[in-house]
Amino acid sequence: MILEVNGVEFQYRSKEVLTDIRFQLKKNEILAILGPNGVGKTTLLKCMNAILKPKSGTILVDKEDVLKLEQIDIARRMGYVPQRCEPARLTAFDAILLGRMPHIKWNISPEDVMLVEATIKKLHLEDMALRYIDELSGGELQKVGIARAIAQNPKLLLLDEPTSSLDLKNQLEILNIIRDVVRKEHVSAVMTMHDLNLAFRYADKFLFLKDGTIFAAVSMGDVTPQIIEEVYGVPVTIQNYMDVSVVIPV
Amino acid sequence: MVKGMSVKEGDIAQRYREHTGRKRTYIMAGLALLAVMTVLSIATGSVDIPPADVIRTLAGYSVSVTWDSIIWNVRLPQVLTAIVAGAGLAVSGVVMQSILRNPLGSPFTLGISNAAAFGAAFSVIILGAGSTSSRVGDAVTISNPYLTTASAFVFAMLVTVIILMFVRIRGTTPEVMILVGVAMGSLFTAGTMFLQYFADDVQLASMVFWTFGDTARASWEELGLITIIVAVSIVHFMLNRWKYNAIDAGDEIAKGLGVNVERVRLWGMIWSSLVTAIIVAFLGVIGFIGLICPHMARRIIGDDHRFLITGSIVMGSLLLLCADTVARVMIQPYQLPVAILTSFLGAPTFIYLILKGRRI
Repeated sequence: MILEVNGVEFQYRSKEVLTDIRFQLKKNEILAILGPNGVGKTTLLKCMNAILKPKSGTILVDKEDVLKLEQIDIARRMGYVPQRCEPARLTAFDAILLGRMPHIKWNISPEDVMLVEATIKKLHLEDMALRYIDELSGGELQKVGIARAIAQNPKLLLLDEPTSSLDLKNQLEILNIIRDVVRKEHVSAVMTMHDLNLAFRYADKFLFLKDGTIFAAVSMGDVTPQIIEEVYGVPVTIQNYMDVSVVIPV
Repeated sequence: MVKGMSVKEGDIAQRYREHTGRKRTYIMAGLALLAVMTVLSIATGSVDIPPADVIRTLAGYSVSVTWDSIIWNVRLPQVLTAIVAGAGLAVSGVVMQSILRNPLGSPFTLGISNAAAFGAAFSVIILGAGSTSSRVGDAVTISNPYLTTASAFVFAMLVTVIILMFVRIRGTTPEVMILVGVAMGSLFTAGTMFLQYFADDVQLASMVFWTFGDTARASWEELGLITIIVAVSIVHFMLNRWKYNAIDAGDEIAKGLGVNVERVRLWGMIWSSLVTAIIVAFLGVIGFIGLICPHMARRIIGDDHRFLITGSIVMGSLLLLCADTVARVMIQPYQLPVAILTSFLGAPTFIYLILKGRRI
């Protein structure tokens, strides 16, 4: 198990947001956190690398308790990609190089530069490597964000709605990148998602949140229309089309 | 692709090195320009000295007793003060812009300079940290520079804390932050006016001291004190240059990269407030250098703080030195305080930045 979450609770201004969250994730797997707006998906994601501090519970990454680690040690183990990355007058290379920050002391080494170059090639971002990120499109900026997290050399990638506000082509490209990295680089990924069909295509495990707690934690084969109806309050049917499960509201 | 992973640096890394190399070249060129300007500035004034003689005198060869006296006692301290103060104000500005995530941030626009000026005036008029005289040239003699600096720093920090509280409240836009700064600036200007109202004639004449910053005021000792604070702050800022880059990408990305954003923000503000306080205490308020110079540097070398901090420092020194030299000869035989000139330069730039939107 690369990730073990046990009894995590989170309060925001004495209001209970998450209660009794527990789940596990194996190496080289992608977990999708699903659920309606405002249920606490992003909050849960931010608890995992202690950007938000849970009130109680433990989060073990590779057997180490995240909540007892320093922020920089967490950064060496987990790469975080928020929904939005602020553009600045930096090149994509500079922005990805930032991912080496948790590993450097005073300055970057030639190895860091080479690692960033390798990451850029892996993600096929050669064309934008030396462009300024304040001139990139939303999809390109998202790819830079993912590249930065990968350059962090993490065991676990955390992605907050990586495909929101992207067009269809970019959605597929981003998720393909994530899947490739997870399969080839011995990392795992946890991502929050809204699009169920995309989640079913790319994720291995699904965490359905309802009312601030886990309603169901299942693999692809165990997702039923009942779960989705209970969680989202919309009756659906799940159809198979060319080996892909598709959710259709009825 | 060739079989196997190449362990050698590829073309992208090479292009990247060229890209960063260019930034280094710009900074070196800026330093060279600064050296030339230093000599020219020393040569310029009510008495013109041939630049060659300036260099000779600086190198330790006495050309004439008069020029020795002018250069060592008048021009050099003023020129060095302009260089150090320009560097300090610009570096404070660039750091504030990053950690407050506000392109309009600077010691002056956030009201910190005016608060420091009030603090310095307060220390002299109320706490008796100096004496005032009606002579225009050195209207205020600060006998206790530490008390004056401390007082300026306390009031600068007061504004800083208020601004940091606003940052904590989510959704504070750059514009709102500047409005808070304007409010703070007027509050402390009013405070200084309040002190003026109860001051006697001699004190009143001297109060102008802090309203128009002038590089001609600093003694060698005061220059030394400013230099130490500016130098230590620059070391602090340079140590945090990666963290400022991370914060530029957003608070959450920075936290995800292991940066303690709140701590970096607090210490960055403390150091930049201290730098502002000491410059204002000894020279008076010099507006807009902290705002304009970082943006000029951004235009040339981008937002990468590894180069932007140094670039802003060079730009700040260069601009304040040029402005100071121009102010010295503009309306002869009078020597204008440089702050009047920087305000003339700064106000239109400020409006331009607002019109241009978030990023220049």
